[in-house]
Formats: sequence, C-alpha cells, structure tokens
Amino acid sequence: MTASLAALDARTRTALAGLLLSMADDEFVIGFSDSEWTGIAPILEEDVAMSSIAQDELGHARAFYELLAALLDDGRDADALAYDREPEAYRHARLLDHGRGDWAMTIARRFLYDTADAARLASIGDGWPPLAELVAKIRREERYHVMHALAWAHRLARAGGEARERFVAALEALVPDAPSVLAAPEGEAALIEAGILSRSMAEAFAGWWTEVAGTLGPLGISLALEPPPDPARARAVPSDDFRWLWGEFTSVRRSDPRATW
Amino acid sequence: MSAARTPPRVPDEDAVRDILRGVPDPEIPTVSIVDLGMVERIEVGPDRIEVELLPTFVGCPAQDLIRSTVIDALTPLGRPAVVGFSFRRPWTSDRITELGRERLTASGFAPPAEPAAVRCPYCQSGRVAMDSAFGSTQCRSLFYCRDCRQPFEAFKRV
Repeated sequence: MTASLAALDARTRTALAGLLLSMADDEFVIGFSDSEWTGIAPILEEDVAMSSIAQDELGHARAFYELLAALLDDGRDADALAYDREPEAYRHARLLDHGRGDWAMTIARRFLYDTADAARLASIGDGWPPLAELVAKIRREERYHVMHALAWAHRLARAGGEARERFVAALEALVPDAPSVLAAPEGEAALIEAGILSRSMAEAFAGWWTEVAGTLGPLGISLALEPPPDPARARAVPSDDFRWLWGEFTSVRRSDPRATW
Repeated sequence: MSAARTPPRVPDEDAVRDILRGVPDPEIPTVSIVDLGMVERIEVGPDRIEVELLPTFVGCPAQDLIRSTVIDALTPLGRPAVVGFSFRRPWTSDRITELGRERLTASGFAPPAEPAAVRCPYCQSGRVAMDSAFGSTQCRSLFYCRDCRQPFEAFKRV
C-alpha cells in the first residue's frame, strides 16, 4: 500500500482522504443506526436481516477507516477514526443525519441510501488499487442490501393503508436530503484525473435518480428532486438526532479509551 | 541415544498448506479455511512464513480469531508466521472446494448456489423456499424445505 500511496500527489491524497472519510462515515452511521433494530424489528426474519446488514455496513466502515488510517499515517487507527472525533467532525451525508424513526422511515432511508451508495461504488475507478479492490468486494455484498431495500419498498407501497401512507410520508421527508450522498467530493477533478473516480458524481446522480424514479413510478409514487447540495452543505452541521447517536456509539469507548476487546 | 533424532523438516508451501487444512472455520468446525478457498498465497522465506487470506465477507468478525489460530498452528514449523487479510481479489463462493461443499452439506448447510438450485442438505429435495436472504451470520441465508419441513441455512452466493 505504501508504494501505491507514494504514487499520489498531495492534492490527490487530500481529496482521497475526504472521499474515504465520507464513505466510511456513511457506512458507520447507517450501520450503527440500523443496528438499533436488533431485538425489536417488526418480524424475526427482519430482526436477523437488519442486524446482518448493519454488521456488513460496520465491516465496510472499518475497512474504509483502515485505508484512511494508512493514508493519513498520523498514528490514529480505525477505532480512533471511528470513535475519537467530536460530532462536528463527522462527514456522513445529511440523509443519514435523520434518526432511524419507525420501520417505514428506516426502509425509506435504506432504499434511498442503498441505491445511491451503489451508484457511488460504481463510480470508483482503479486509480488506487487498495480502494478499487475493496470496493469490488463490497459491491458483491451491497447487492443483497439493494435487493432487500427494493423488496421492502414494493411491499410497503403495495400494502396500501397505513403502511403505504407512512412509507410515502417518509420518502417525502427524506428525499430533499437524499442527493447529499452523491454530492461531489472536494477535489473531485483530481480524483477523476487520477482514475480514483471513473466518473463525476453528477453523472452518478443522474443515473441514480433515473433508477429511483423507475422504481417508484410504477408504484404510483412521484417525488420532487433537488440537485445535490455543494459538499459543504451535504456533509456538515450534525443534527440533534446524530448528536444523540454519537453519544450512544462513543459511550463505551469514552468510558475507557485504552480498553481492547 | 543419538540415533532416533530426526532432523527438523524444512518447511515448504505444501507443509504449510497441510497445516492450514487443519484450521477450521470458527463457526463450522468441519470445514477448513482451505476448503473455503480463503488461502490466497503462501510464501516460505528463510526467516518467516507469509500467509495471505481472503475474508469471505469484509466485516466477518472471525478474522482476528482465524489469524491467531493460523499463527499458532504454524508455530511447530519453527519460524514466525505473518498472516494478513487482503482484498487483492474478491473472495467468491466459487472458491469453496468440492470437498468443502460436501463438508458443508454434511454439517447441515446447503453449499452456495443460485436460489432456484439450492437443495435441502437433509433430504436433498429441490422443493425449498428462501425465507430471507439474511441468516445468522453474514455468509448465510435462511431456507425452508417443503418436503422434510426442515428450516436450514444456505451459504450466500457472492
């Protein structure tokens, strides 16, 4: 990894660090947030499914944080990157700043996130092999998450009644923030030039929205879409929901920062 | 007194692989990490042994345990083992060996296949249904056999 890092210029390294941090924080926050369903999901199979998906996401987050730790080389390991920051320093997308809410909210968020994340993963080029190799593996796992989200989107939308009403209301509440996942990272041009990104996020965004509209249209749901916000607005200013979640996921670490397990 | 002493064997790749055939998957002890196709590279150097493993799932929590088990298992070879996980190529369920597939079935797990081709590991019936793509670990899905009415788990096809 050292050799492949040396090949990157300073500008590209800074941009890559930003990209890795946002991907890691996204997976970490949604993984931790959805793990709250363990034990209380609507049915047993979903308890298992949501816990397994959350475990996948936390594993992906750890792998991204490990790459970031190697890139930054400032003495912090994956755990330090995940747990030892103040809430303001997290760079997860605004979509994930919402609490998990009820089951409809969780499914709406997973549907919007999983499809957008798939578009982002499909935009990673082979410019930096450690990231390209990891993403190739992660995409095989995320395929199951997208199938799960789509199956539930159909189920809730077709159920009618309260299930559909809650699902549509959740989509409407979340969709203004959904494009944040695909906001252009800072230094995008350098990442494209280095082949770390194979296409712009604007291109990924257009493809993603066509897919979302293509799924929801036949279900009789149409949503108004806003373009992705600029990076500064897409990933900043933690909500009260996130501050609460941060208190939860850092509590064990803060109780004894030197503990290992 | 001196005649019975055999000289220490010079370890080679095959000796390492033989030992790894005895390192079990922590959750399915009848299947080894070789059966699962996790061993990507073995290099025996003059002063150390390098083993590169591919994780079945990125977030598989058994990685640290497998790493330490491999290091312990290689101790008798007399040189330090460096064991790492990499994503140099993605582990896929096609890497599970034929023996590995047989051993999975014998332990009550259906080996990976397209959902329509999954067979019940107990009665071999093809009349099975997937209850959920997600099972008790990241690498398994939940199925139900309509013939012997037994729920079972199948390895995910990835």
